[in-house]
Amino acid sequence: MADSIQMNVTRYDPDQDSAPTVARYEVPLRKDWAILDGLNYIKDHVDGSLSYRWSCRMGICGSCGMNIDGEPKLTCAAFLSDYAPGPIRVEPLSNFPVARDLVVDIGDFMEKLPRVKPWIVRDDVTVIDGEYLQTPEELEEYKQFSNCINCMLCYAACPIYGLEPDFIGPAAIALAERYDLDSRDRGQRERLDILIEKEGVWGCTFVGECTKVCPKHVDPAGAIQRYKLKAAQENVMAFLLPRGTR
Amino acid sequence: MSEGVAAAHDVLLVGGGAAGLRAAIAIAESNPSLSVAVVSKVYPMRSHTVSAEGGAAGAFAEDDTLDEHAYDTVSGSDWLCDQDAVEAFVQEAPRELLQLEHWGCPWSRQPDGHIAVRAFGGMKNMRTWFAADKTGFHMLHTLFQTSLKYADLTRYDEWFVSRLLVDDGRVHGVVAIELRTGRIEAITAKSVVLCNGGSGKVFPYTTNAAICTGDGMALAYRAGAPLKDMEFVQYHPTGLPFTGILITEAARAEGGWLLNKDGYRYLQDYDLGTPEPTPVLRSMELGPRDRLSQAFVQEVEKGRTVESPYGPIVHLDLRHLGAKLIDIKLPMVRELCLKYERIDPVKDLIPVRPVVHYMMGGVHTDINGATPIEGLFAAGETACVTINGANRLGSNSLPECLVFGARAGRAAAEYAASAQRPPPVVMQQVEDEIRRIDQMRRPERGSERIADIREEMQSTMEDSAGIFRSGESLSKGSDRLAELQQRLERVQLHDETQVFNTELVTALELANMLDIAETILQSALQREESRGAHQRTDFTTRDDTRFLDHALAYRDADGAVRIERSPVTITRWPPGERVYGR
Repeated sequence: MADSIQMNVTRYDPDQDSAPTVARYEVPLRKDWAILDGLNYIKDHVDGSLSYRWSCRMGICGSCGMNIDGEPKLTCAAFLSDYAPGPIRVEPLSNFPVARDLVVDIGDFMEKLPRVKPWIVRDDVTVIDGEYLQTPEELEEYKQFSNCINCMLCYAACPIYGLEPDFIGPAAIALAERYDLDSRDRGQRERLDILIEKEGVWGCTFVGECTKVCPKHVDPAGAIQRYKLKAAQENVMAFLLPRGTR
Repeated sequence: MSEGVAAAHDVLLVGGGAAGLRAAIAIAESNPSLSVAVVSKVYPMRSHTVSAEGGAAGAFAEDDTLDEHAYDTVSGSDWLCDQDAVEAFVQEAPRELLQLEHWGCPWSRQPDGHIAVRAFGGMKNMRTWFAADKTGFHMLHTLFQTSLKYADLTRYDEWFVSRLLVDDGRVHGVVAIELRTGRIEAITAKSVVLCNGGSGKVFPYTTNAAICTGDGMALAYRAGAPLKDMEFVQYHPTGLPFTGILITEAARAEGGWLLNKDGYRYLQDYDLGTPEPTPVLRSMELGPRDRLSQAFVQEVEKGRTVESPYGPIVHLDLRHLGAKLIDIKLPMVRELCLKYERIDPVKDLIPVRPVVHYMMGGVHTDINGATPIEGLFAAGETACVTINGANRLGSNSLPECLVFGARAGRAAAEYAASAQRPPPVVMQQVEDEIRRIDQMRRPERGSERIADIREEMQSTMEDSAGIFRSGESLSKGSDRLAELQQRLERVQLHDETQVFNTELVTALELANMLDIAETILQSALQREESRGAHQRTDFTTRDDTRFLDHALAYRDADGAVRIERSPVTITRWPPGERVYGR
């Protein structure tokens, strides 16, 4: 193994630059270094002005998503040695406005998330009455959807979101499905009213990239398909029965 | 609203992890008319609560009692906790965990649908609720998503708080940098709750995330509030050697063994019980963290550990548990090992070493989170109530965030309802702060690098205030920290831009950590005994006559640390021997 590898990193300062540029850095190539360790090496020892987000460095906080050789990845969970001999292209996640260097603006997702009501909709039982019973099988129904870490890789991979920014997007729909499938929840109706709109599930043409790039094995594409089925059934019902009688 | 003020609120929560979000929801529910805001240097779902794995303790099972949870916590703390706080804690923890259940937390279940509990270190009964081995992640996302219900809750995501506004012994808000623009502004509030986590990053090997830089502790300390019991630093016995990534205690609770280089379950040599094939509560691998980490160091001294590129290690053996149990109960352990060590715990031994995990110390508060500064509250790891004393038991910190987050939130709301708007005089402090930060960014200051000072601080702390310390090591460490403080004045920042200037943030974080580090050393120096996580090689036994008390570290006007002492509250459990495995 060579003892260093080149990282070609996107730089962008909105106050100075009219367009992003690429800076080339040599970093030590060590067996157990993640891409993030390479970026930290640059920031600590070469150029302190490089900006990017990171925190837990164990693949659970969702901060450090970037495009690596064109593919969205958590940089704490992708390793330099897997890209040897390099160079490695490090860019901000696609489909988001770039705030600075490798930092993207995820304000759009943060604004969309509450719209799908990602919380338990139910108020007929108080805490004093004890826990809602939920069997391991019932837990299994929604569990994978609850593992979303909001890392935004699925938005970066989604060609629809790239073309149609109003699309509510894979992670938000997966979280809606997570609550729909939770035996404790009674909010399916309210969520369907939101997701049945055109920026809801109908935007998706089932490309399936979201599921492929998810680092936590969540299946947003599956969630979207399930919603389309629910929405289609709803439309048939709407045709057969006026709303008040449903 | 005056110029330079982003907004004025009734209550401001600094930090959006479990404690901050629980506080926010408590206020939204109890006092919906108050204006409440959460300010955090990261989006709430990135907070370090997300990394907690094993579980959250609450006596809920039919064969468990509040008293037993209290006794385990008190003896685990080596009698340095405040027992009134522990009694409140054990009483309210089950209800808080149930509340999370009602908000949707995917707690693991028994076949009949009831909550499942698992064993945990130092706990005599099975009482640790868990969501597989991603408990913190699920609790945080449940709290965050539930908080979205309250549309009136204001959030300042990615704002770095650099100063508290305090006048005449009262808090009036904060000064913060909006990272997106670089603007420095005041966010005023009638009460402020510090919920911004611990400071594990003052040490080199830690499970803590990059963001755990003791910001809340430093803010309070500089504003005149004391930091309590800072000498007690928890080393978790099982971190991965290079990354410091946590391998949860649940791995041992499910039956994992700790082996030295001879494949020997060495804990049997350290008064922790005799090895049995299946886990025994409060025994061997389920002993408390302080004792297990100390046993590791003694194994190193006996030459019975394994050498690795990152220093000595021992092995955690899960192989006998089988793939099925590991996949159901410990999926993240397997995932982390495969990813970061390229080993599979189903068939390989996991290399582990003790790594810094948790600060028992923090901002001194009463049982409702109130600090000595009026209107200023604290909760979670930032705070020191203290239920943890000299050693925290695993799975007590998540429910601590809930119980004392809710308590501090309600107390802050009550205070805000009667408090006055901030006096105009505090605006002068905003200008002072803008000047201080501008000063830091002047290129002519010097040529010191942030990373160099940070790395030296970390190695200084490990060398001087690690698992075992002495008067000599601590004094030497303190001298080195003083040099580093001077070098900090000469740090050169290369990033001259306004937008998302993370270099400026790391410089401010480093300043926070250096202050925290000094309080740890001074508190440790003055505690001439060995208790819990604080082990002095020159004072090897517990001394209840001189040191059954808390250390309160104040910042003097000249920047020096001044230690005062305050009594421990004992209600029902007089000091006794800590007995494990017999």
